Amino acid sequence: MTALDLTPAPGAAPLGRMVAAQAGAEIRAILRNGEQLLLTLIIPVLLLVGFSLAPLVDVGQARRIDFLTPGVLALAIMSTAFTGQAIATGFERRYGVLKRLGATPLSRAGLLLAKTLAVLAVELLQIVVIVGVALALGWRPAGSLLAAVPYLLLGTAAFSGLGLLMAGVLRAEATLAAANLVYLVLLGCGGVVFPLSVFPGGVESVLELLPISALTGGLRAVLMDGEGLALGPLAVLAAWTVVTLGLAARTFRWE
Amino acid sequence: MDSPAVEVIDLVKRYGGATAVDGLTLSAARGAVTAILGPNGAGKTSTIEICEGFREADGGTVRVLGLPPSDGSLRARVGVMLQAGGVPPAVRCGEWLRLVSRFYARPLAPDALMARLGLTDHARTPYRRLSGGQQQRLSLAAAVIGRPELVFLDEPTAGLDPQARHACWDLVADLRTAGVGVVLTTHHMDEAERLADHVVIIDRGRVVAEGSPASLTGAERQLRFRARPGLALEELLTALPTGSAAKESPAGHYIIEGQVDPELLATVTAWCAAEGVTADDLSIERRTLEDVFLELTGRELR
Ligand SMILES: Nc1ncnc2c1ncn2[C@@H]1O[C@H](COP(=O)(O)OP(=O)(O)OP(=O)(O)O)[C@@H](O)[C@H]1O
Ligand SMILES: [Mg+2]
Repeated sequence: MTALDLTPAPGAAPLGRMVAAQAGAEIRAILRNGEQLLLTLIIPVLLLVGFSLAPLVDVGQARRIDFLTPGVLALAIMSTAFTGQAIATGFERRYGVLKRLGATPLSRAGLLLAKTLAVLAVELLQIVVIVGVALALGWRPAGSLLAAVPYLLLGTAAFSGLGLLMAGVLRAEATLAAANLVYLVLLGCGGVVFPLSVFPGGVESVLELLPISALTGGLRAVLMDGEGLALGPLAVLAAWTVVTLGLAARTFRWE
Repeated sequence: MDSPAVEVIDLVKRYGGATAVDGLTLSAARGAVTAILGPNGAGKTSTIEICEGFREADGGTVRVLGLPPSDGSLRARVGVMLQAGGVPPAVRCGEWLRLVSRFYARPLAPDALMARLGLTDHARTPYRRLSGGQQQRLSLAAAVIGRPELVFLDEPTAGLDPQARHACWDLVADLRTAGVGVVLTTHHMDEAERLADHVVIIDRGRVVAEGSPASLTGAERQLRFRARPGLALEELLTALPTGSAAKESPAGHYIIEGQVDPELLATVTAWCAAEGVTADDLSIERRTLEDVFLELTGRELR
């Protein structure tokens, strides 16, 4: 029998090591999950290819691929930061994983940091794939991708807040259903593949306040219209971030 | 270092209107094995999870290693095995153990621990495909991997086969030898008798008895045998010295208590012969912890 030195030698690992280990586990969990991969990569790429090749929607003056790419990037952010994260976290709560992790030296702040890093890493992968496919389809961004970074980050924050808010209060099954429903609704009414201008004026101005519309709007402003920095969408995303993360911090149940 | 590993005083826990823990007081020494016994719903998990910092007490005081359970510094010093769950279904056995090990400064080697608990062949199996007993062993491994000074094990051997049960017992014994305090709950009286320095029996959220296994079972011995059910024990009693007791529990199992000496043995066997009954499995034994437990907590199901 293997000799084990069980003599107590307690101590927490350095925070960086704990967060890196947990983030790695989160990334593996996302990439391993087939449904999640469908959501994060396959659907966005299919939408990008399908809608850019077939003249299904009227996007006005712009070239279809230039209009679609920012929308699909926004969709990718939403699918990972919101849908995927909400569902995964809901089930982690249900299986007692969040509770069990709470008994380790990894703090709640450390866990949230790890989740955020994992989401960002998966998003980076999505962006590389989507941008690659878009360029191959003839995408010519009007501005630097760097200009898109503030939108991508704030969009990630807003959608994470929404996802964690949902996962922290609803049952896991309800989170699963609601997160998919919200994904579909926001995909349809957030300017991802159809411009918001297809809706009547009154409806359009309400829809513009959705986080997905702010993200698609902001990304289009910098990547399609070549604007420096559109502040309106950033303000909408910031408001969503503050409200959802604030509410999630108050209502989240770890068990 | 003077405080006990766990000190619980007048603990109260309510769920809605129901009181699950009702003024419970217990103490677990450092470096010793403390077993908490009690019928289903007695309040064992509630008590342990309050000590682990998962649930809030509604009254009373709890100190773990001298600190309130919410103290963050305890997370590195205390190992936890939940009664169920706590592992993502898709994660592989070895992966989970490696992940948990990375949260600690000086962890045990995951591979050695898996070998010790017979999990090596399942290192690449996702948690949901492990058998119930393998899942239990993984949770046990995760509880000790950080080299804690105190571990809480909620029913560590539930669902284990005899080999795995012995492996778990050996590990608990080695933890104790190494100076680790162990607080465990169990429904197996033999387990408590074998492992524990201190046994606490709780019922309806209160302590009904505690002490070392030997002090609980007492020095008193009893004569046991099996025979056909329904023997007229009143008759036998008239032949026995006063102060003796005889009962049938369960049907067909007879227990004679009192001054168990050669004379009593002769009286009982003579009576059996007169009744035309063969006494099977005749033995003289000390009371078991199970006898004590059933006496204290009754036979009614919870
Ligand atoms: N989260 C909860 N909400 C409501 N009631 C609860 C909760 N947890 C436990 N109870 C109730 O409190 C009582 C004590 O439960 P507890 O889990 O502490 O018992 P236990 O001694 O661990 O039982 P077992 O041997 O079955 O594991 C039970 O009546 C149970 O129904
Ligand atoms: Mg229990």
